[in-house]
Amino acid sequence: MTAPTEQLLSHVVGFVRSLRGEGIVVTPGQTATFARALGEISIFDPVAFFYAAQSSLVTRREDQAKFAELFRKFWQNLGLERFPGELLSQTTLPPKREQKAKPGEVGRESRSSGESNSQPLPIVDRALTFSETEVLKQKRFDQMTEEELEAARKLLYNFVWNPPERRTRRMKAIGKEQLDIRRSFRRSLKHQGELVQLDWRTHKHKPRPIIALADVSGSMERYARMLLHFLHAFSLQQSRQGVRQIETFTFGTRLTRITRTFKKRSVVAALAEVGQQVKDWSGGTRIGACLHTFNHTWAKRVLGRGAIVLVISDGWDQGEPGLLAFEMERLQKSCHRLIWLNPLVGTPGYQPLTRGLVAAMPFIDDFLPVHNLKSLEQLVEVLATVQRQRDSIH
Amino acid sequence: MFPTSVEETQQALEAHHYIADKGLSVAVFLALKLGRPLLLEGEPGVGKTEIVKVLAQMLSTRLIRLQCYEGLDLSSAVYEWDYARQMMQIRLLEASGERDQEKVRHEVFGTEFLLKRPLLQALETTNGKAPVLLIDELDRADEEFEAFLLEFLSDWQISVPEVGTLRAEQPPVVVITSNRTREIHDALKRRCMYYWIDYPSFDKEYRIVREKVPGIPEKLAQQAVAFVQALRQQDLYKAPGVAETLDWAASLLALGQTELQPEVIEETLGVLLKYQDDVVKAKNQARDLLARAQMPTAL
Repeated sequence: MTAPTEQLLSHVVGFVRSLRGEGIVVTPGQTATFARALGEISIFDPVAFFYAAQSSLVTRREDQAKFAELFRKFWQNLGLERFPGELLSQTTLPPKREQKAKPGEVGRESRSSGESNSQPLPIVDRALTFSETEVLKQKRFDQMTEEELEAARKLLYNFVWNPPERRTRRMKAIGKEQLDIRRSFRRSLKHQGELVQLDWRTHKHKPRPIIALADVSGSMERYARMLLHFLHAFSLQQSRQGVRQIETFTFGTRLTRITRTFKKRSVVAALAEVGQQVKDWSGGTRIGACLHTFNHTWAKRVLGRGAIVLVISDGWDQGEPGLLAFEMERLQKSCHRLIWLNPLVGTPGYQPLTRGLVAAMPFIDDFLPVHNLKSLEQLVEVLATVQRQRDSIH
Repeated sequence: MFPTSVEETQQALEAHHYIADKGLSVAVFLALKLGRPLLLEGEPGVGKTEIVKVLAQMLSTRLIRLQCYEGLDLSSAVYEWDYARQMMQIRLLEASGERDQEKVRHEVFGTEFLLKRPLLQALETTNGKAPVLLIDELDRADEEFEAFLLEFLSDWQISVPEVGTLRAEQPPVVVITSNRTREIHDALKRRCMYYWIDYPSFDKEYRIVREKVPGIPEKLAQQAVAFVQALRQQDLYKAPGVAETLDWAASLLALGQTELQPEVIEETLGVLLKYQDDVVKAKNQARDLLARAQMPTAL
């Protein structure tokens, strides 16, 4: 068939640019594929034209709806044989300017509730002494001042993470688990095919995926922010090691996946975007319904490979306890370990007696506090030693 | 035959009893024409693997299938040496008084001792035709294999240290499927033509059932499909795919049904649904769904 005309190609490039402006990543290679595809189909067939564009340029199902809309916007009102050039300038979107968020601010523009520290505080960047650090580690997050919170966040990034591992089915050439016939045989050729020395191999270990479900409802707000920082520090360190094994979700009245946002390098930018994404920040809580969504939509996609699930919530649930129990059981059965982190555990005399927690309790493998830095340090230790199997099957 | 247009692709697939949407036909045609791998995603049972079989028939060529799993390595995916025979060969050479080390090595690593696994087989043509290579459920393999695959898909060659580089005379037609239990790496996705196969519409599914379950009464086929379509609207852990619809329709036919009956639905729900919770839920709603399936508007 014929090669696409110069004019058509310039529209293709303009179209790809408009996709990129809206966050759909398209490589030059994909653009070239699309251009080649146009030489193979009839461009007067709008349906074929659309699918040629879609199958060359879109690689995620999630992007398909947005793509279809942008496609319509760009090529609409044009007979496909004629492309007025001035359209390009209208559809090319100006690059979005990123809004800068203030440090420590998540979600809302400004939080001037009756708190004493509603004035923006100057951030004091000074190293803490050893004893100051110790005191800070013991202090509950909800009793910290903004300054202390900021210092605590900094400390999070100094944590030494030791992610839990699982044995994979891939082998490596150390240890002595299995005979490595290939290497043994090659070595034997030096000795006239005599197997003088055997080579062995062993299973490779890899970090387990960690899936975090953080409660961002009203009662959890103070903790949720700190925990998102905690998770961000963790995923940042993991991606430095070349591992991308953390999936992050928030829930309140609905479940939101924030993993992609969390891949941003700057914690402030990432958390500001999370704030925009999460619609139910400081609302009510329907844990059961949110876990239901998770089990249905995400469990199969993210829970493979011996995942560890962290549910971060105080267990104040306005939903049906029966549903919560049902979904917790399913969740526990589909992961390696289910850890519930509850900030209230740190309160002296606290008993987990809320309806939600009573319903969920039988399906929790570890029930741990997360009210201060010390408890987060302990969590890191628990994660590092999570190898063992469950003691009993519920 | 090698299709020369989108329409021809669609017709050829249909001639081999595969009913494809226009979108899928475009993706298949372009993958063939541009020599790109085709990446198909979708829920289990929507016909991802099936289309590859049909594609091989259509192009009248060999189908080579590589089922992925975690830890899939070179020796299962690409090649392996036949150690037992190699050792035997060494003994034979020894018995014949061969002392030249270089010669022994050369003899022992001859291609006759090479066991070819799917990816290596895919580089070979039979009767001048490149095969169709199905890389099934890539999401089950690990990142290490994916990285290797990326290289294979761009160069169409495999290097065997003892033999040298083996190159494809003609690149194979590659189809990759994924059930999305893990995200496939972007770099690999971008090399492919991508298509998401959705659950079919009523009309399409009805045509598929009539095509694949010969002898099914028209009315039964309509009701069964309408029932499954209504069932997919329910909040199920695992909605039935087309494969399940076909199994169910065949079961109903085998049970001598001519029309959907509530009792028979209850007894055969296990063919459609694979989770006990889903079966219970569907049983409670069976009559309601059946009523919807029997409404003439659904047809």
